[in-house]
Amino acid sequence: MSSANKNDDSSQMNHKKTMSNETVIKVKDLVTHYGQRKILDGVNFEVKKGEIRVVMGGSGSGKSTLLWHMLGLYEPTQGQIELLGKDMHTISFNEQLKLKQDIGVSFQSGALFSSMTVGDNVALPLREFTDLDENTIRIISRMKLEVVNLGGFHKLMPSQLSGGMIKRAALARAIVLDPKLLFFDEPSAGLDPVVASEIDDLILSLRDTMGMSMVVVTHELDSAFKIADRITVLDKGKNLITGSVEEIQKSDNKRVMDLLQRRSRHDKLNPSEYLRRLTQENYTLT
Amino acid sequence: MSWLVWTRCLTLTKGLIDKIESIGLWTYQSIERIGFAMRLFWDSFYWLIVGRRYKQKVRLRQVVEQIRVNGFDALPIVMALSFVVGMMLSIQLLYALSDFGAESQVLLAIAKSVTREFSPLITGIIVAGRSGAAIAARIGSQVVSQEIDALKVIGVVPVRYLVLPPLLGLIISMPLLVIAADAMAIFGGAIFSVADLNMSISAYMVESLNVLVIGDLMQGLVKSVVFGVIIVLVGATTGFHVTGGAEGVGKATTTAVVISISFIVLADMIASYFLTQ
Repeated sequence: MSSANKNDDSSQMNHKKTMSNETVIKVKDLVTHYGQRKILDGVNFEVKKGEIRVVMGGSGSGKSTLLWHMLGLYEPTQGQIELLGKDMHTISFNEQLKLKQDIGVSFQSGALFSSMTVGDNVALPLREFTDLDENTIRIISRMKLEVVNLGGFHKLMPSQLSGGMIKRAALARAIVLDPKLLFFDEPSAGLDPVVASEIDDLILSLRDTMGMSMVVVTHELDSAFKIADRITVLDKGKNLITGSVEEIQKSDNKRVMDLLQRRSRHDKLNPSEYLRRLTQENYTLT
Repeated sequence: MSWLVWTRCLTLTKGLIDKIESIGLWTYQSIERIGFAMRLFWDSFYWLIVGRRYKQKVRLRQVVEQIRVNGFDALPIVMALSFVVGMMLSIQLLYALSDFGAESQVLLAIAKSVTREFSPLITGIIVAGRSGAAIAARIGSQVVSQEIDALKVIGVVPVRYLVLPPLLGLIISMPLLVIAADAMAIFGGAIFSVADLNMSISAYMVESLNVLVIGDLMQGLVKSVVFGVIIVLVGATTGFHVTGGAEGVGKATTTAVVISISFIVLADMIASYFLTQ
C-alpha cells in the first residue's frame, strides 16, 4: 500500500471519530421557482456534523440553486431550510447575523472584492464583525492565507492572482471567522488536475483539523469521490439518490450511471414532436 | 378580397396589442425601479441611524474616500466649465441688454442666474457623467461577479456598504462643488464684462456678493443636494439591476447617465418653481 493511501486511510479513520449524529443542515420538501420555471421539486437533504456532503448533478439539475437557497440568498416557494437548527427566513436580523458568522462560502468565481487587496478581502469579515485591533486582524488574516498556502500574497490585488489562487484566497476569506459550516460552489471547476487536487486536500484538511461540516456543489467526479462522505445526486430538481461513494458508484440507476460514465443524456429524437416544437407559437424551454 | 382585408386587420390589431403590452411592461418596470430607488434611499438612512446597533457601522473612511473621489477629483473640471459658462453668459447678456442700454445689469443677471440655476445644473451634469456612471459600473460589475452575494452571505448589508457612503459623500461634496462653481462662473463673467462695465475684477466680485441674498445661494445649494441624491440612487438602481455580464454593465453605465441627467433637469424645473414662489 502506498504512503498516500495510508494517509488517506488514517484521515478517514480520524474523521469517523469526529463525525457525529447531530444534524447541522436540514432541507425539508424544498420547492423553488425562477419565474414560472420550477427548479427544485421537493428536495430533502440532511448533513451531519463533521460531514462533507457533495451535491452532484448535470447542468440545470438545480444543485447551485439548492446552494443559494441554503445560504438564504433566495426565499423558497415552499419547504424549509435549517442551518444549525435555525431557519434563515424566520429569525431576527441579529440572529441572522450570528448565523452568518458560522457560515463560510467559497464561490465558483471566488467573488473576491476587486477593489481590495487579497489581505483586505480576507480581513473584511474580521473588520466588520469583531472588535479586534488592526494588528490582530492583520495577523489572523495572514494566518488564514498561510492555511491555504498563500502566505505573502496579502498585498496583491485579485486581478493579479491565477484561478487556483483566487479560489484559495476565497477559501481563506470563508474560514477567517472559523465557521461551523462551509459551502463550496464548484471548488475545482476550471482548474488543472494538480491544483484541483490541492483544493481537495485543503477541504479534507479543514474538515479534519477544524471539524467543519461542508456542502460541496460540484460536477467533477474525481474530486467528489475523493472528498465526499456522502453524495447527493440531483436530477431535474429532484433528489435522485443519496449515499456513500461506494453506494453511488454501484448504483444501477440509469441517470446516475449516465452521470458517472459521462454518457450523453439526449433522449431519442421524435421527428414529428421535434417539428411541432420548432413551429409552435410559444416556443419556450423544454 | 375580404379575407385579405380581414387578415390585414388582424395583423394590425396584433401589432397594436403588442405595442400596448410593451408600453405596459415598460411602465411597470419604471415604477418598480422608482420604488427600488426609494427603498434604497430609505434603507440608507435606516442603516445610518440603526447601523451601529446591528454591527453595520458606516465607516467614516469610506465616506471621506467618496468625498475625495466624487467631489474633490471633480473640482478641476467643474471649475473650468463653470468659468466658461460664466464667460458665455456675460457675452450673451451684454449683447442682449445693450439693446436696452442696460449693460450695468449684467452683473446682477450673472450673479443671480449662476447661483440659482447654472452652477447646480452644470455641476449636477458633470457629476452625473463622472460619478453616476462609476457607481452604476461598480455595483453592476459586483453583481455580475457575485461580490454582492458574497457581501450578503458574510452578513454585510449591501446598501449600507455600497450605497450609503457615496450618498453621504455627494450630499456633502455637491454643495461644496456648487460654491466653487459659483465663484468661478462669476469670475468668468467678470473677466469678459469688466471692460464694458468699466470696473476692476475685484470690484466686480465684491459687487456680485453685495447683490446676492442668502436665498439665491441657498437655492443652488438645496438643488445640488437633491441632484447628488438623484445621481447616487439612479446609479445604484441601474447597477443593482444589471444582467448579462460585461455588456449589461456597459448598458447600465449609459442608462445611469442618461436617466440621471433627465431627472436632474426635471428636478431642477420643479425645484425652481417651488423655490421662487
